[in-house]
Amino acid sequence: MVDLVEKAREIRVEIIKMLAEAESGHSAGPLGTADLFAALYFGGLVNFRKDEPYWEDRDRVVLSCGHYGPVQYATLALAGFFPVEELKTLRKLGSRLQGHPVRHVVYSGSNDEQLPGIENTGGPLGQGVSVAVGMALAAKMQKSKWKVICVSSDAEQQEGQTWEAYQTASKYGLGNLTFVIDRNEIQISGNLHEVMSIEPLRDKLTSFGLRVFEINGNNFEEILDVFEKGKLFPDQPKAIIMKTIAGKGVSFMEGNFRWHGKAPNSEEAEKALWELK
Amino acid sequence: MNLVNDLINVERKATREGFGEAMVWLGKNNKEVVVVTADLGESMKVDEFEKIYPERFVQVGVAEQNMMGVSAGLALSGKVPFAVSYAVFSPGRNWDQLRVSVCYTNANVKVVGGHTGITVGPDGATHQALEDIAMTRVLPNLMVVVPADYEQAKKATLAMGLHEGPVYMRLTRPKTACFTTATTPFELGKAQVLRTGKEVTIFACGGLVYEALLAAEELKDEVDVEVINLHTIKPLDEETVVRSAKKTGKVITLEDHQVNGGLGGAIAEVLGEKCPTKMVRMGMKDCFGESGNPGELLAKYGLDKDGVIKVIRKIIND
Repeated sequence: MVDLVEKAREIRVEIIKMLAEAESGHSAGPLGTADLFAALYFGGLVNFRKDEPYWEDRDRVVLSCGHYGPVQYATLALAGFFPVEELKTLRKLGSRLQGHPVRHVVYSGSNDEQLPGIENTGGPLGQGVSVAVGMALAAKMQKSKWKVICVSSDAEQQEGQTWEAYQTASKYGLGNLTFVIDRNEIQISGNLHEVMSIEPLRDKLTSFGLRVFEINGNNFEEILDVFEKGKLFPDQPKAIIMKTIAGKGVSFMEGNFRWHGKAPNSEEAEKALWELK
Repeated sequence: MNLVNDLINVERKATREGFGEAMVWLGKNNKEVVVVTADLGESMKVDEFEKIYPERFVQVGVAEQNMMGVSAGLALSGKVPFAVSYAVFSPGRNWDQLRVSVCYTNANVKVVGGHTGITVGPDGATHQALEDIAMTRVLPNLMVVVPADYEQAKKATLAMGLHEGPVYMRLTRPKTACFTTATTPFELGKAQVLRTGKEVTIFACGGLVYEALLAAEELKDEVDVEVINLHTIKPLDEETVVRSAKKTGKVITLEDHQVNGGLGGAIAEVLGEKCPTKMVRMGMKDCFGESGNPGELLAKYGLDKDGVIKVIRKIIND
């Protein structure tokens, strides 16, 4: 059994290191969801082949909130999709680790590069939620067994498109699709409930036809358990409202919206890494 | 080019009808082909596809942003989705989704925008897409196609189905002249010289290609007009454009769209760099359309045969 606590710690360390090296990027969301990503890739929740990243029967992890890229990059590197060393190139000229993750389909005759393991292009909020619905629909049409896990942020629920996507997932009974909503209560300009409340989120999601669960997203037992519970509803799309602490693991970042879109400077990074030891 | 023999007495059918018929054929021959629509299946003539292939017909309701994203997800999973709606909504309302989830991702989505141009008619300016060519031709990886009539819409649809990568196709509402035939050649990206001439070139797209042909025919004893159908706006067949402009030295562009950013803009960009040429851009000039019948509207905005004749005479005599 993989030590998930240790994996999540390693992911957080890599997040801090790459953000400090890049001198730009988002800290809070990626740190808060390191536990989820550790559980997905090291806790057996996602079926993948690191050496065959686009293997047809893999599960699809769609990161809709593209600004969480660092947590996805760190996890994929640690899972062996590409060298950990490459994390240093984040946001730099010529890097496969763009500021927000990019999926680029390659057709015959093209030499384009694609960072392995990325399923969608994320950034403008709400878009990945629809893309995930399209993927789950495709799997259902062709009776494939793979599933889709879509990670979105809580502020992303302010986008109308997410609700368009939920009603479609519900209409088509996409039981192979799970929406994980990171409920960290911060967004770029302030605390979510002050900027634009999304509550009552649970009731709203339920009324859109989703099977809703609420968990503590910084607790592995709850994360692993909720995916088990989800299997009891094979014909219904699931939504997991996952409460996390923004900036989790670094005391001076925790719960502070100022760290939404900011990277640590070298001094702050040193302090953060010391805390994560 | 194997056009109809009699240009005056032609059958009239809508480009959307050609599209709908081709979709049934595509559906039969490629089981990965899927139609996604935002409540406009019947109007966009994919109702027959829906009847025959209900399991490959996705109805997302009036939600165009989601339609585009769902299409991207289907494409990323090996499907060949056709995202079908009116152009004012798609790509009008979901341009960001088209830009990121489809074009940047290079997802194999075929976007079909109907009811373009003032020929939408009575519904008025809200439903007359006059900007769709401009907003699609600035997007990397995206091909932009404007079939000129019913037959060409069929051929363009089939060609799009085979093409790897995102495509936008512009369709129209009313029945328009069928002047190409089943044997008229068609190749994406290759401009069609429908009539050769030496004194002036008309570059046109969509249903107005027919007005250009009528004008050229009527003036045949007075001016030698070349008519070129640019059914593919992007990638533009620059070679054919430059060759013709060099030959005639006078260029008219004609489109049922804003001249700024549209076909006129595209030709001006190419000729400005490669062959500066005296030029008149015909189309909508920084204004919205209005309600009326298609014929009345084309006459009012000077985009019918008579309007084209006036401009030909002006550019020749200036």
